[in-house]
Amino acid sequence: MHRFANPARFLRLADRVLPVAAAVAALSGAVGLYLAFLASPPDYQQGETVRIMYVHVPAAWMAMFVYASMALAAAVGFVWKHPLADLYTKAAAPIGATFTAICLITGSLWGAPMWGTWWVWDARLTSVLILFFLYLGYLALVNAFDDPERGIKAGAILVLVGAVNLPIIKFSVDWWRTLHQPASVSRIGTPTIYETMLWPLLAMAVAFTALHIVLAIWRLRAEILERKVQVLQTLQAGQARTAATATPSSGVASPTADGTPG
Amino acid sequence: MTRKKRRLYILGICGLALGTAAALVLTAMGDTLVFFRSPTEVATGAALDLDRPFRLGGMVKTDSVERQDDGSVAFIVTDFAHEVPVVYAGILPDLFREGQGVVTEGRLGPDGVFVADEVLARHDETYMPPEVAEALDASDPGWRTRAATSMTGQ
Repeated sequence: MHRFANPARFLRLADRVLPVAAAVAALSGAVGLYLAFLASPPDYQQGETVRIMYVHVPAAWMAMFVYASMALAAAVGFVWKHPLADLYTKAAAPIGATFTAICLITGSLWGAPMWGTWWVWDARLTSVLILFFLYLGYLALVNAFDDPERGIKAGAILVLVGAVNLPIIKFSVDWWRTLHQPASVSRIGTPTIYETMLWPLLAMAVAFTALHIVLAIWRLRAEILERKVQVLQTLQAGQARTAATATPSSGVASPTADGTPG
Repeated sequence: MTRKKRRLYILGICGLALGTAAALVLTAMGDTLVFFRSPTEVATGAALDLDRPFRLGGMVKTDSVERQDDGSVAFIVTDFAHEVPVVYAGILPDLFREGQGVVTEGRLGPDGVFVADEVLARHDETYMPPEVAEALDASDPGWRTRAATSMTGQ
């Protein structure tokens, strides 16, 4: 049971973190949505369409942040053989994929009226689409093996190699001419976004981060429990085999014969 | 050397090799990854086959937009060093306006006029409420051009 020593400590910690993260997500999400859709001004160029940005930009940040955290966890899992780090990589992938999908869809909805197109193959849009495919490829690969350990190892290599895409996404708007605009907040110098529009953006970013923590803990907990079930089943199967050699096995359930409808 | 340390070195060396390879590939591809060409590149013909369709981007020159009698629109795309006249027959996006970034796709005619089949508006990275923009207009008339200039991509 040495394998679960660390996860057990994690589960205790998770029980304490979970309610806090959930409260932060709900509170900053409510504040963020209120500011974004009701209490913030329209933009001088885009009008009301600017409100899409309050979902699009935090989703894009999360798409990259979750991938970066997966790459870090994969590296920790590879070097220190940390079982929890490996499980985190697997648990976070669908969350990151969903944030990336939200980013792509809301970006497309914004692009149609503003740019005049749903999609173009410029460096920023293409590199984010590649990020989405990296997530999907990871999910397919990690579940393609009968032995979950081998799936996690193969997936870790994919995640680490794909990490090279992260700086490309971030700097694509600076390195090449793109249709997509450069960064407004995470740039050198002051943000080029007015205060009353920056606050809803940051509130939504906090909400998305807290939401990711909640979902990641839930998924990690499920992964750990699944591993425990697997171990117990293997043990049980072993015991059953030893028992079967001693006495012939009997049926599990006895069928009812009193005629009541099932 | 412990096993952990060896794995750490392997990871570091692989990461370094991968990063270098990616940097070399992207540098080699460099020019092909840009989404649009600037008027300067069109004027000098640098790394550009002007007989084939391409995207031309820059800023819509102030006071250059003219509606033609046949329903098409003529305007000038500038990067403040060179200018290219553009004609386009079609629907313009919401954000298309003078002094704003634009990307057009089409061919350069023999008369030096770029005939576009598609016009996309480019949005700059400035976000503010309309009242603030009006206040800025009063105190600093040149700010709109400066905000959009960061987008012309040299």
